[in-house]
Amino acid sequence: MIYEGKQKIWKDYQKEIPDDHWYYVRSCIRQNFFPASERKFTDITRNDLGKDVYETPYHTTCGGIAYHCDAIPQETAMTIVARQFALMTESGYENYVPSCVTSFGNYVEILETWREFPELETRIREQLWKACRREFNKPKYLAHTSDLIYHWRNEIAEKARYRLIDKETGEPVRMAEHIGCHYAKMFPSKGIGGAEYPYVLAGMIESWGGQVVDYPERRHCCGYGFRQYHMKANRGYCVSNTHKKFESMEPYGIQAILTNCPGCCYFMDRWQYVISEQTGKTYGKDGFGIPVFTYEELAGLVLGYDPWDLGLQLHQVAVEPFLDRIGVEYDPKAKYLGLNKEDLLKPELPTNLKCF
Amino acid sequence: MNHLFEELEKDYRFKEGYHSCINCGTCTAVCPAAEFYRYDPRKIVDIVQTRDDRQIEELLSSDTIWYCGECMSCLTRCPRKNGPGLVIMALRDLSIRTGLFTRSEKGRQMLPLTRTFSRNILEFGYCVYPETFDWNDHKESGPVWKWHMDHLEKSLERLGANYKGDGPGVLRRIPQESLDELKAIFDVTGATERISLVEKYSQQKAEEMGMSLEEYEKKAFEYSSDKHFNE
Repeated sequence: MIYEGKQKIWKDYQKEIPDDHWYYVRSCIRQNFFPASERKFTDITRNDLGKDVYETPYHTTCGGIAYHCDAIPQETAMTIVARQFALMTESGYENYVPSCVTSFGNYVEILETWREFPELETRIREQLWKACRREFNKPKYLAHTSDLIYHWRNEIAEKARYRLIDKETGEPVRMAEHIGCHYAKMFPSKGIGGAEYPYVLAGMIESWGGQVVDYPERRHCCGYGFRQYHMKANRGYCVSNTHKKFESMEPYGIQAILTNCPGCCYFMDRWQYVISEQTGKTYGKDGFGIPVFTYEELAGLVLGYDPWDLGLQLHQVAVEPFLDRIGVEYDPKAKYLGLNKEDLLKPELPTNLKCF
Repeated sequence: MNHLFEELEKDYRFKEGYHSCINCGTCTAVCPAAEFYRYDPRKIVDIVQTRDDRQIEELLSSDTIWYCGECMSCLTRCPRKNGPGLVIMALRDLSIRTGLFTRSEKGRQMLPLTRTFSRNILEFGYCVYPETFDWNDHKESGPVWKWHMDHLEKSLERLGANYKGDGPGVLRRIPQESLDELKAIFDVTGATERISLVEKYSQQKAEEMGMSLEEYEKKAFEYSSDKHFNE
């Protein structure tokens, strides 16, 4: 493809991201499975980067997971979101940033549906008034939290204590990335790079010194499937899809994976454990798995935060080989300690997946 | 409800996702569910295109419509900008409203799903919440998660969460006035009615199957026959 043509296509997948003043809403999955990632997002953006990222305790779930499990009607999901927008409006903000890819997809879908069917937006406004006596403005800008980290990736790189460079070989760390289906598959123009040229995470990896490695099933779903995971009877669907991705990436020597969606991060970490228990197979070197990170964790690592403050002890795949590779200093004995070094014992070890 | 196709046409997901399918099968080729289950989104859209209520009723009563993972990979790749995943969402909604969901093994999962998420949202303000995420039902979360759950409050405190605390922060207690607003939204927008419908139809089916509702819920949550899978 000629260069100018490529630039023209790429332009369609850029988005305007204001540099400051964001109204922040949390993620059900990220708070549960990666609680320190959410904590560190606000620490990094407010303290390291000096940005205004505002949160009110009155916001709730967006209802996106229940909606995609078909457990609540579409108008219920829309009215919950309308209430979230009302809280943003009442707080004096117009830039809205959710911490969850399911939420982000939910918000984009709702705004686009209202744009196409204005009578539905009118109906939801009436329902919100009837239920909560609230009114709202729609966000002027909508971004996912990873969009903001992408936007500030070079500022983070300037402050970085570590680079994504193998300290023994001097080579960039070989990383895969996974943007998650609902970030851009429904509305590709709303995500950086769209679904075809995913760049929101790739841009971070490159800015922080690593190498993005392509592999055939890069765009395949992690296997969450909403009801396919939440019902025990269906979980074979989930692990089968993750297995397909890991088999596909196996020949490419991938040393770590960066994820956009907290669900994807959880599943790509945990199903490695299940696959190792079921088949004995592990995908990293010497019986380890391939560590899977959230972008807050990776940003925190390069900025020099303590790995255990970042919550890396909650991963089932051991992160220590990755920390050693890029030269992060850490205390192995502190991994499972509570506040004030309280002894909280240790998890049992898996049968096949090597852990500490 | 005599005119099922007309009911589908009222659904905004259907309006967005159903245009002019050319039956190329791209959706099926990229579908994660089609690889795992005996599932073919191309065929589903083809059946809907017949506008034949008898065939649509068969779909609404079948396991087929419950296999989709709603990842929407089909939407990205369809050359005509159809969204079979969106059509599926409309079909599922109609299956619930008509009570036909209880006729299939996967459809009967609506009882545990509705109970879990309505409880999580209305009692806690979250879709997923530690108190209702039982490790025994989620052993795939690994020994590290068992350790975390065994030391939940201290582990979350260590990680800077505000578990059940006032004010902002990770896993904060959602204020009662916000939970009251969620309940009002459920009442006004049809979610409360949906809960009652799912309970009523599930109760009827449980009686027909000679089970208590609790036995029915447990079976729906954890039992899978082997008829669903590809070879």
